[in-house]
Amino acid sequence: MYEIIEGIAEAARLIITLDPGVMSIAARSIIVSFTATVAATLISIPLGAAINFGTFRGRTSLINLIQTLYSLPTVIVGLLIFLLISRVGPFGFMRLLFTPTAMIIAQTVLVLPIMTGLTISALSGVDTVIRDTLHSLGATRLQFLANVMKEARFAILTAVAVGFGRAISEVGAAILVGGNIMASSFSGSTRTLTTAISLETSMGNIPQSIALGTILLAIALGVNLVITRMQHR
Amino acid sequence: MIECIDVAKRFGTTAVLAGLTARIEAGEIFAIIGPSGSGKSTLLRLIDLLDTPTEGAIRVGGADAHREPEQSLAVRRKMGMVFQKPAVFNTTVYENVAIGLRFRGEGMAAIREKVEDVLRMVGLAGYEERRARTLSGGEMQRVALARAMVIEPEVLLLDEPTANLDPVSVALIEDLIFRLNRDRGTTIVFSTHDMYQGQRLAHRVGVLMKGVFAQVGTPREVFTLPASREVARFVGVENVVDGVVAAGENGTSVIDAGGIRIRAHSPFGAGEAVSLCIRSEEIRIAATSGDTPGRNSLPGTVTSVVPRGPFSKVTVDCGVALSSILSWKAADGLGIGEGSRVVVSFAPESVHVVRRG
Repeated sequence: MYEIIEGIAEAARLIITLDPGVMSIAARSIIVSFTATVAATLISIPLGAAINFGTFRGRTSLINLIQTLYSLPTVIVGLLIFLLISRVGPFGFMRLLFTPTAMIIAQTVLVLPIMTGLTISALSGVDTVIRDTLHSLGATRLQFLANVMKEARFAILTAVAVGFGRAISEVGAAILVGGNIMASSFSGSTRTLTTAISLETSMGNIPQSIALGTILLAIALGVNLVITRMQHR
Repeated sequence: MIECIDVAKRFGTTAVLAGLTARIEAGEIFAIIGPSGSGKSTLLRLIDLLDTPTEGAIRVGGADAHREPEQSLAVRRKMGMVFQKPAVFNTTVYENVAIGLRFRGEGMAAIREKVEDVLRMVGLAGYEERRARTLSGGEMQRVALARAMVIEPEVLLLDEPTANLDPVSVALIEDLIFRLNRDRGTTIVFSTHDMYQGQRLAHRVGVLMKGVFAQVGTPREVFTLPASREVARFVGVENVVDGVVAAGENGTSVIDAGGIRIRAHSPFGAGEAVSLCIRSEEIRIAATSGDTPGRNSLPGTVTSVVPRGPFSKVTVDCGVALSSILSWKAADGLGIGEGSRVVVSFAPESVHVVRRG
């Protein structure tokens, strides 16, 4: 019991004094997950729009598949990317394994289904009267698409926030393809908040874990606040 | 301006429109009235190219964009439409109204001037920067109307534009429809289930029933000379009595309505199954059969006295049930209540006879 209280006090000290070790891990986590989210956004919004507005065979099955992949296990994504970029894999020559880039790729793949799915929901959630109104006002195909997207903008931003939340809180893929390395250089390291918590806890370094966990929770809370605000617009 | 030829629309196995034909002239106000589910919205959506007919042709300004899709944008841009459910874009009032002009690539200055003008017309001047979603239902519907008006369409389609709105907004929207037609000559087609609104605003009324126009005519024709018992019922003729012509010559008939004989003006000959339409305001109630030469005079028993605004609706069983509208004062003067014996009378000219079936 005493150890836990002491751990919390030490964690508070680490955060308040902006402990360089803790801060660099937090910064790396944010950079990796943010980059992955941006990449996933660039893919999922056009993809979601194409699926939502498209009429093609198997559209419903595709949407079902995407929704199933919402709960894609992170270690499965980690394993998949690991196999692709490992030394013997098809992309092994790029030497990406155990780099931040590998983590970004894995997290991008991980959040793509949920971001694409939520983008489709956001677009299909736009009231049919709004769609009819756009048509009746004489919108061209392009004007129509742009305005439906505009009408769904808050719901799409929610999709982005959800994607970021999933990316920053996952541990399985990051540890598999990142390797939880603490190198001398910032960009050579792959230790993130989640992988560090996992490691420090197993080593009995409780204050460090509590400090990192608190920061992770604060980020999750911030993301949630953003989502809540979006949904009230 | 608008021609509908044998238009049918089916959703699955449900036929909503069943071979409807109509012609709406440029510059007129045409009301589509009819009960819920009669196909009013479907017809307007087909005209606005939001849906395609299963059969038949619809031409707007001579062009059938359902057959020639490359025309559809040009044809659609001649029209504006306001939907029953007020729907605004999640942005400012100004941007909501400006959007149609932006689609047409108008300049900033022209857009500002037109939007401000139209907002003044709909009584929303000063609302430019308000978020449209925060407005009341009536205000949102006025934004929707302004949005359709600002593009100066040749044809304005309104689908039950005043359903569920407060009386002030209804009056304002009706006034706008009237002025738009008078000042700009806009052809206006609106649907309503409020037959009095049809009567107030329209040059011509089409009564849509079971997917076809049961009757098209001036409000006066439709309200006084309904073409069928269904139309009569819908336009508020309280007394519709079924009977068979017993004898008829020289435009006057005697109709046998379940043993009661009623004289009426009608062109129908003996043996014809007919319905008699008698407006309740044409029916008089008296305590005794006094001096009523030439009138149908039927004794009966009062079955109900129901208040209706400043009037009472008195229903009398004379073998057939007939209702009359009396002022409270008149009802009190007669001293009638349920069970009173009275005499009901009405002139043969007040009976509008339609063929049944």
